[in-house]
Amino acid sequence: MENSEKTEVVLLACGSFNPITNMHLRLFELAKDYMNGTGKYEVIKGIISPVGDAYKKKGLISAHHRVIMAQLATKNSKWLEVDTWESLQQDWIETATVLRHHQEKLEASSRDHQQDSPVLERPGRKRKWAEQRQDFSQKKSLEQTKTKGVPKVKLLCGADFLESFGVPNLWKGEDITKIVGDYGLICVTRAGNDAQKFIYESDVLWKHQNNIHLVNEWITNDISSTKIRRALRRGQSIRYLVPDLVQEYIEKHSLYSSESEERNVGVILAPLQRKTAEADT
Amino acid sequence: MGVNVPDKMKSRIPVVLLACGSFNPITNMHLRLFEVARDHLHQTGRYQVIGGIISPVNDNYGKKGLVAARHRVAMARLALQTSDWIQVDPWESEQVQWTETVKVLRHHHSELLRSLPWKEGPDQGKVDSPAPAAVPELKLLCGADVLKTFQTPNLWKDTHIQEIVEKFGLVCVDRAGHDPKGYILGSPILQRYQDNIHLAREPVQNEISATYIRWALGQGQSVKYLLPDAVIAYIKEHDLYASPGEE
Repeated sequence: MENSEKTEVVLLACGSFNPITNMHLRLFELAKDYMNGTGKYEVIKGIISPVGDAYKKKGLISAHHRVIMAQLATKNSKWLEVDTWESLQQDWIETATVLRHHQEKLEASSRDHQQDSPVLERPGRKRKWAEQRQDFSQKKSLEQTKTKGVPKVKLLCGADFLESFGVPNLWKGEDITKIVGDYGLICVTRAGNDAQKFIYESDVLWKHQNNIHLVNEWITNDISSTKIRRALRRGQSIRYLVPDLVQEYIEKHSLYSSESEERNVGVILAPLQRKTAEADT
Repeated sequence: MGVNVPDKMKSRIPVVLLACGSFNPITNMHLRLFEVARDHLHQTGRYQVIGGIISPVNDNYGKKGLVAARHRVAMARLALQTSDWIQVDPWESEQVQWTETVKVLRHHHSELLRSLPWKEGPDQGKVDSPAPAAVPELKLLCGADVLKTFQTPNLWKDTHIQEIVEKFGLVCVDRAGHDPKGYILGSPILQRYQDNIHLAREPVQNEISATYIRWALGQGQSVKYLLPDAVIAYIKEHDLYASPGEE
């Protein structure tokens, strides 16, 4: 029984990406280095999943643009990609559901590869385990999942996300449990102590602390989308804060303005709406 | 040229920003300094920034871990490929020995004078800009941490500090943990010429130090999105910063 196999991991980041910035992209890089550095995991893919318009966040521009900008931003990345499933849904989708969707996709893909596997084996030849491991370690294909198990999806986020678990009515308790219990969280933060304290003070998070990875962000990289949008409204440069292609796209389409920032003003955020609706029934 | 330009633009003082430093390697934060400084000066209504110069320091500066100037210049050039107003100038790095900042300023200023009328770099495309009647001012661009070093005994000659702030001017972009207003108040020379010291706010705290970059590279960690891809590719290709304390 092989016990030195690494668990393959897919990092999933949900969010507005309004717009995507170099900071978002850095989260992936930091998380990958950290997880790979533990020796227990191998990060094989990163997925950016922009939220749908039905989220109704203030200033949220159309998913169409947000998806394209994320695609432009990851054009030159070998392992990051953008997934549009969440953004294409009519209603807002809970994060736990997005995680489940992607995990199921990976499982289905893995099953497909298993069905193909007879082609890989050479009939009549007894394969030595050591040889097989050597072969597999060279390749980066999904054929590996046959021996290593299905890759696991984990949610990548910043500290503000972790702390949003504490906002009343924003999350269903069972969803938090699913996220940290069934999947796992990788939280990149400068304020490691605050995050640890937050975990300590929550029974659910404490229970699943082994599934919550805190990654230290040594340098302050505070490129929030809010600040980007503010800079754009003021005619200030956002160069070198977002990938060049994203900056050009924003400029070409005049995406962010005082008007766009007023979208959804007075509208209740979808998760809060849903929580209230359920409470009423 | 200059026929239908609003008077407001015509009377702006043209400015070229000069940044000296190790650029070991150049990072997105260095590039941001220029963008933030330009926005700030334009905001005052008094200036129009027409160019930017990155001047990597000479190898003889003797700073620990400084890789060869030809690499630092090449990396800056790659980083600036997509900039339409900033360029790298290797003059300082090509001198026989280390050159004091004030001399670098003097050199570039005389170069500016020699090349008049100044060819206008493309501005942000909003207004037609004519060749200015005035001589461009050359200002030293730096982070607040550099302003602090004026206080370090023996690091700068007082006469040089005076010349820098009196004859040229300073654009200082703030940085977390620094108090540029405090540094100015603490220095009689800086106080006297404070009108020629422009403090620009960087709204986005962005502590991408080259020191961190070198450390991360030494650890085999990713530095993507902290500096331009072309610079990262160059570093990998030439095996720079691969181990800690590279000579």
